[in-house]
Amino acid sequence: MLLIHCPYCGETLPELEFAYAGEAHVVRPDPSTASDEQWRDFLFIRSNAKGPHAERWRHIHGCGRFFNAVRDTVSDRFLATYPAGTPRPDLSLSEDER
Amino acid sequence: MSPFRVPGRGRIDPDRPVAFTFDGKRVEGYAGDTVASALLAQGRHLMGRSFKYHRPRGPVTAGSEEPNALIGTRRGPGRFEPNTRATMQEIWPGLAAESQNRFPDLRFDIGAVNDAAHKVLSAGFYYKTFMWPRGFWDKVYEPVIRAAAGLGKAPSERDPDRYAARYLHTDVLVVGGGPAGLAAARVAAEAGQRVTLVDEHAEIGGTLLSEPQARIDGQAAWDWLAAERDALAGLGVRIMTRTTAIGYYHQNMVGLCERLTDHLETLPEDMPRERLWRVRAARVILAQGALEKPLVFHGNDRPGVMLAGSAQTYLNRFGVRVGDRAAVVTSHDSAYHAAFDLHDAGSAISAIVDVRTAPEADLLAEAERRGIAVLAGHSVTGTAGRLRIASVEVAATGGTGPARKIACDALLISGGWTPSLHLFSHTKGSLAWDAERQTFLPDRITEACHIAGAGRGFWGIGAALRDGAAMGAAAVAALGGEAGARDFEVAADRAGSGESRTELPRGRAAGKSRAFVDFQNDVTAKDLRLAVKEGMRSIEHVKRYTTNGMATDQGKMSNINGLNITAEALGRAAPEVGLTTFRPPYTPTTFGAFAGYHRGDHFEVTRKTPIDGWAEENGAVFEPVGQWRRARYFPQGDEDMDAAVSRECRATRASLGIFDASTLGKIEIVGPDAAEFMNRMYTNPWTKLAPGRARYGLLLGDDGFIRDDGVIGRLADDRFHVTTTTGGAARVLNMMEDYLQTEWPDLKVWLTSTTEQWAVIAVNGPNARKLIAPFVEGADLTPEALPHMSVVACRFDGLPCRLFRLSFTGELGFEINVPARHGRAVWEKLMAAGADYDITPYGTETMHVLRAEKGFIIVGQDTDGTVTPYDAGMGWAVGKNKADFVGMRALMRPDLIAAERKHLVGLLTEDGTTKLEEGAQIVLDPDQPRPMTMLGHVTSSYRSDAMGRPIALAVVMGGRDRMGEIVHIPMEGGSVSATITAPSFYDPENERLKL
Ligand SMILES: [Zn+2]
Repeated sequence: MLLIHCPYCGETLPELEFAYAGEAHVVRPDPSTASDEQWRDFLFIRSNAKGPHAERWRHIHGCGRFFNAVRDTVSDRFLATYPAGTPRPDLSLSEDER
Repeated sequence: MSPFRVPGRGRIDPDRPVAFTFDGKRVEGYAGDTVASALLAQGRHLMGRSFKYHRPRGPVTAGSEEPNALIGTRRGPGRFEPNTRATMQEIWPGLAAESQNRFPDLRFDIGAVNDAAHKVLSAGFYYKTFMWPRGFWDKVYEPVIRAAAGLGKAPSERDPDRYAARYLHTDVLVVGGGPAGLAAARVAAEAGQRVTLVDEHAEIGGTLLSEPQARIDGQAAWDWLAAERDALAGLGVRIMTRTTAIGYYHQNMVGLCERLTDHLETLPEDMPRERLWRVRAARVILAQGALEKPLVFHGNDRPGVMLAGSAQTYLNRFGVRVGDRAAVVTSHDSAYHAAFDLHDAGSAISAIVDVRTAPEADLLAEAERRGIAVLAGHSVTGTAGRLRIASVEVAATGGTGPARKIACDALLISGGWTPSLHLFSHTKGSLAWDAERQTFLPDRITEACHIAGAGRGFWGIGAALRDGAAMGAAAVAALGGEAGARDFEVAADRAGSGESRTELPRGRAAGKSRAFVDFQNDVTAKDLRLAVKEGMRSIEHVKRYTTNGMATDQGKMSNINGLNITAEALGRAAPEVGLTTFRPPYTPTTFGAFAGYHRGDHFEVTRKTPIDGWAEENGAVFEPVGQWRRARYFPQGDEDMDAAVSRECRATRASLGIFDASTLGKIEIVGPDAAEFMNRMYTNPWTKLAPGRARYGLLLGDDGFIRDDGVIGRLADDRFHVTTTTGGAARVLNMMEDYLQTEWPDLKVWLTSTTEQWAVIAVNGPNARKLIAPFVEGADLTPEALPHMSVVACRFDGLPCRLFRLSFTGELGFEINVPARHGRAVWEKLMAAGADYDITPYGTETMHVLRAEKGFIIVGQDTDGTVTPYDAGMGWAVGKNKADFVGMRALMRPDLIAAERKHLVGLLTEDGTTKLEEGAQIVLDPDQPRPMTMLGHVTSSYRSDAMGRPIALAVVMGGRDRMGEIVHIPMEGGSVSATITAPSFYDPENERLKL
């Protein structure tokens, strides 16, 4: 069972408290201007990364908030978690530099 | 005492005889024996038949890696378990053990014809044999192979045992109670760490139990062990025996299965059979030792052939000589010691065959001192004996001399040792080939763990103790503590070396050799070579093609031999070919242990409404809806469901029905931006909905497909009472939170689940208003003040109430929301007051019929995740002038506006009596050739009392343009024809709502 750090609660907690919510940073286009292709991509096209993957989680049985995480899909290790709405961290930098 | 039991030897208790049965015959052993050791003490090696060829087999090991000696164990009615390893099962008085894979009995087995037919069952036969001819599949392969296949018999009775589960947090978890694990635990515990030590055997000690000759720090090994065990206990170390570390999971979580009762004569009351532990450890020390490898040669699977180290274990731990006259064949020094011990205990050693050319001089001297012949540079070319080995055929490697036949009743084999790195492998830690030791050793470590002792290639008790202490100290240091190095003085240690071999040189053509690599799956060296010849290159492909290493032992004994033979056939070095992956569990684990408490009533929670108790007392038949149990119908007398539902429907339409709707999902949406949020979530417009009014809301996904629906009341400018489907409540709230938190965090809205705050009683029928009027205070119930689709906060029988006027039946209807704890009291008062109107409680089945008569959809029944509002004929629910709502943009995608989409329609069977089957397919021409072109399917189908005939809803391609057309529903008993109609059957003008 994974341990996941909730960036809002500031605690590392068992996976059971969390729910997966799909790929992160998939922007919902403006529906009044989006083309069919843009809407298709928003709905269906995902990166399916092998390695670090930005994804959304919800601390559903805790604070209830959605947040983002970078998880390595090969090792299944969480590399970072960060609040929704903030950009994907550059993991090549040290934690202080970020 | 039997002639094979050595008095005074071993750790069994000679004062406590234990009788059990094997295949119905009484066997006597002693407390401390396993089934295998007790049978071996009777001179019996034959314990089972192999899986594929049904070849007679005996134990080759004394541990959990045993591939052959699998038995069924029984403890009275209900308690039977197949595939138990006889080498691990402790005996207790009354244990009933039986052999497997044989008919009619172990000595004469009809399935052994497979052995004669081995040529057609060679590598890849699963893929080749069953492909053709096609007709053979149903008549021959399926029935015959099904009958013969399988390992053991699945239990047919319900498991009466209980299983428990616990969590444990510990600083240091040590897996393996041999010398390395003991030393590591001691160092860590002395440094003040909380230490847990687990071992799969009945007692800790590991190798020490099999090597009592060693002296540690001046003490005999077993005295040292006893003192060490006391010391560990004194330091507070949690020692768990009969406990297998089955899997190593993320972030140092290790799963343990503790077997609590399988060794006991009487089951203590309330004791679970097994307990699954989820251990989260700050550091893990893997001290799992090494497993001995067999040698691969023709006839190496005959009963009596056994790993040398295991023969030594049977002698020293159980006091059992595995034969009177043993031969030895080895490529490793360690087998010499087994031979010497056996010789010293009174067995004859007919020869030690060493495949190496130059064995160690001191070993040769020891052999000579005992008068044991050593044949160096020799190979085994075959064995003989039907149900037990009788002789072994040996020849000088590369020589021209004739083969010699050596008589024996046991053959001890050793191909060297393989570090047991299964758990390490679970962590995805990588292995590197160690050329000197000719084995894989741990390389890159991914978890907070250490590997100690033989796992790192340190052979011998002294080396294991020292490495264990060092790794214990390393774990302490990693936890910020301090621990010094520790040395051990070990005398009579048996560290040795050896050579790794592939199949031994043969005395026959390669194709005629049946040299087993995987005993449990009956895979031979020839099978592996054939797989390579047929094009397999990856070791993973060879594994699957031959099934080498895919049996319940996961190839603990066969993996390295399989790799070496495959590598040789590929002409590549072993490290280039690589290893296959080990996966949890380390040894077979019961489903009971995994299920733990989650069985029977505890398998899943059952949610009950406040009115559930009344329904139960009044004879309701229940059905599960999500996690809820809901009253399906209320039969009277000997009514069946059809009769009860027909009566409930009739009563509701004629006068008054009452229904428990408490399971409806309820979400309170509050805030200055509540209306805007509703506009964006639901298809409908909400801005102009006045407080006090309600509206049917439709929720889509951003892909445009219907996700949920429900009636939503506006209580105030900034407050909505949303209802969802029973099953969709949590999903809808999660979806709303998602959009609110991540798409529109600027909106000032708060969402609260109120599903369980309110009991909801729906009353429907022409007399509904008359029933409730006397209870209502603070609300005007006249149609002018409270028209259809409205909501009012009032008091109901003095209780706070949200009273909706709405209808899911087509009749005058109200939904009374009162605080949940008063639900049953209100229900009972309504039942009493309703007697004047023949009030009739109805369940979900009647609710379904009544709504279908009106053509109201059930999301998830009439929709399936590919239905748009337009498909469902509910374009009227889509706001036309909205800037955005979830799913709006998708509704304009070309695929979603195509003409030939499936539409929701009604179906009336032409004969007026046949009820269609839900899920049945619909075609235009029932006589067209197969496969037919299918237009859609039936989604809902009921007998309608109001219509006097069956009715159905369906989704049909272009259905709205096919009104009045006849379609056909092919069924098993012939095709049924039906007319397409509008999806509304009863009172389509809604006259009955105008009350
Ligand atoms: Zn949180």
